[in-house]
Amino acid sequence: MSTVDDVVTRGRSLSTEQFLLIAVGIGVVLLVGDLVLGVLDGSYSISRIGRYVTEGVLYGLIMGLAGIGLSMTYSILNFANFAHGDTITAGAFIGWGGTYLIAGWGAASLGHLALVGPQRGVGGPQLGISITSTPVAIFAGLLLAGVGTALFAVLIDRLAYKPMRGAGGIPLLITSIGVAFALRYLITFVYSSQSRGTTASVPSADLLLVDGYVSLDAHDGTLIAAAVVLMLGVHLMLQRTKLGKAMRAMSDNKDLALVTGIPTERVIRWTWMIGGGLAGSAGYLMVLWTGTIDWQFGWLLLLLIFAAVILGGIGSIYGAIVGGLVIGISMHMSMIWLPGGDFTTITAFLMMILVLLIRPSGLFGGKTTA
Amino acid sequence: MSSTVNADRRTQLESLWEHDAIKIIAVISAIYIVYALIGLILGYSLDGIVNTLRRMTYLIAVYGMVTLALNLHWGYTGLFNIGVAGFMAIGLYVTMILAKPADPGGAAQYAGLGLPMPIAIIGGVVAAGLAGLVVALPALRLRADYFAITTIAFAEIVRLGVTSDALQQFTILGAELGTGGGRGLIRNYDDPMNVIFQLEIFSSFVDLTNSLFGFGPTQARALAYSIVLVIVLAGIYWLIQRTSRSPFGRVLKAIREDEEAAQSLGKDTNMFKIKVFVLGCALMGLAGILWRFRRTGVTPEAFRPHVTFYIWIALIIGGAGSNTGSILGSGLFVAVLFEGPQYLRRVIDQLVAIGDAPNTFAGAVAPLLSANPVPLVRYTFAEFLTLQFVIMGVALILLMQRRPDGLLGHREETAAAIPLGVRPSAAGGGSGGGGGSGSGGGFTHGQTRDQHDDSDQRTDGGIDADAADAQTDSLQSDISDSSDTNGTSKTSDTTAQSDDSATDGETL
Repeated sequence: MSTVDDVVTRGRSLSTEQFLLIAVGIGVVLLVGDLVLGVLDGSYSISRIGRYVTEGVLYGLIMGLAGIGLSMTYSILNFANFAHGDTITAGAFIGWGGTYLIAGWGAASLGHLALVGPQRGVGGPQLGISITSTPVAIFAGLLLAGVGTALFAVLIDRLAYKPMRGAGGIPLLITSIGVAFALRYLITFVYSSQSRGTTASVPSADLLLVDGYVSLDAHDGTLIAAAVVLMLGVHLMLQRTKLGKAMRAMSDNKDLALVTGIPTERVIRWTWMIGGGLAGSAGYLMVLWTGTIDWQFGWLLLLLIFAAVILGGIGSIYGAIVGGLVIGISMHMSMIWLPGGDFTTITAFLMMILVLLIRPSGLFGGKTTA
Repeated sequence: MSSTVNADRRTQLESLWEHDAIKIIAVISAIYIVYALIGLILGYSLDGIVNTLRRMTYLIAVYGMVTLALNLHWGYTGLFNIGVAGFMAIGLYVTMILAKPADPGGAAQYAGLGLPMPIAIIGGVVAAGLAGLVVALPALRLRADYFAITTIAFAEIVRLGVTSDALQQFTILGAELGTGGGRGLIRNYDDPMNVIFQLEIFSSFVDLTNSLFGFGPTQARALAYSIVLVIVLAGIYWLIQRTSRSPFGRVLKAIREDEEAAQSLGKDTNMFKIKVFVLGCALMGLAGILWRFRRTGVTPEAFRPHVTFYIWIALIIGGAGSNTGSILGSGLFVAVLFEGPQYLRRVIDQLVAIGDAPNTFAGAVAPLLSANPVPLVRYTFAEFLTLQFVIMGVALILLMQRRPDGLLGHREETAAAIPLGVRPSAAGGGSGGGGGSGSGGGFTHGQTRDQHDDSDQRTDGGIDADAADAQTDSLQSDISDSSDTNGTSKTSDTTAQSDDSATDGETL
């Protein structure tokens, strides 16, 4: 009796999934068809699509970079870290404080510079901060963002998560919401809630693409280069070092890792450091790219990063990267059909929900960090 | 016999009363007293103090409603909903759109459907429930953390959707409607409480409050509104209390503890989860409506994820799984974390003269080098309202670390149909206990499936199972108990029923 019932329910749920899959498939085919037709009859210009894709890739790189850390903590510590977004913001502020100090030494009081110009006064545009005019300050800031946030993440782990290491994923998730809230308003407390500009304009190149131009500026280039280098670094670390092997072992099977003699507490510390460092760098690069910084951009980015990580499959860093790119490109491409930019975020969230419904394990199937 | 039963009932009633009402009354009166004192310190007149208390009541009632609904989701069923704000927003927006006059007066306002308020409220509640259904149907198959992410994404979709310019004004079936986009909707319909305000008797209420507290008509209306909210809160409390004590509620708890075990007892857990999710979402919609439908307008800003976060703190303070705890939690959250810091700041401002604060954090910290903490204190004081949120976050972290069960969230569910601690000396107690605990023992020791196919109708009593065993497997038998005590034991109907209610008393 119950076996039959079981089979029936399984059959039913399978068919829901298949139905959804078919619906999504039809939707994708329709959109791609419309896109191709639109390009052919000239109603969608190729350069406009090119611009969307470029923007999407840049945005996606940031989400992918930040997503690696989220994915690692998710698979190794087994909880969805809702404080990750605010770690990104914290990292951006730490790093940009360093950049301001180096680029603007003597131009304003130390406090004003270290706090990234909390009140009116000298700011990034006036100091002429950009990758072309002050490259040293930018690189130092990026480094500071990475290292500073890595240490900061370990500190947060010590204070908030370590006392409840054995607790399940849900209590930790709720705790991380508390951490997110405390962190966000601590950032406001220290750095003020003003939104401010951080960079001066930089030279850009207009690339001809069939019927128009796609422009890329020096900060876009910096973002791409830095993101690729950092991603490669993580890849090598995970594949070539003993620590990487230990991390992969832990995300595969924690008990087995413990039995094998892997010092789990140390691996957890490194996980926070690497995840936090990447989050801080991503935040720094995001601010470099957009040219503005405010107290809640990381929080607003968080759900998108979740979307990227879930799309790629939790636990897989390559999944996070690919997921970030897919989400970033889809968000911008959505503007072809849903003009105004109001619906980009909604598009990303809907994609995430669909992935959760059709294939909760994501594109890369989760599981492995390899 | 009947006198003992009556005495038993009385003690049971007393213990129930002690459990729920006394705690609520004690905590709420403590809050009132503290705030009355604060009012005195701030030099408020009588009407000012009463108005402060009224505001507290209003906030506690609204937060209490949502917390109760969330308790139904998370505390009873284990549905990890962090999209509360979205369902509240749907309730309020739909109600406002339905109630706004069809013929917009000013040029800047959007038309509604001009329906009467009760219908608009029902519409809003139904819409919130339907939204819950839309989320629940596909998402309930997901793991708790994925479900959480889905619900918060849904809430953000709702918020961004009503913020979007595209929906600022739209046309459905020839009716022009609108969400107002980022600027929100203005309430240009009559005060929804007019039903009460226009009653004959209300004018004497106005006179009464005027003579007692020196209230004007506006304040009297606000007071009446808060009283109505408290009545609704009591109604929701009663509803959820009834739900949780019914066989339906027992299944919910079973799902929370072990969904597969509930399934193996033949419960269609998905159906239960969908029902309870929709019910909770509808209640959240109702709370959202009552929260703001009297205000001059609504903007999407009101439904940021913060709201969800507040409700979660309230729930965790009180203890997930306890309705009384939900109300206590909302009271403490509102009094200590939500309003407390602001009043504390005012009191300090009243008592101590705090000088001008430095503009920036740097200006506050730099003097520390010369051992001068005054600027930092001043800065902290000036930025106290920011710090309030930090305090909330830290409070949540500490609660999760130190007291994840909150004040009343003990989840020990007793399986036996009689209190296990003290055995009633009255006749029939022994055999009744045997039947109740037996069902628990029988389940875990995995007797053949045939015996459990119809377990919610009948359970065979494994008499030798001891009480401790029964306690551990409480829930499984709890789902299947309600009627089986009667079937197996030889006790009279009355005893069995009173035993049952005793179990429930311990449950909460």
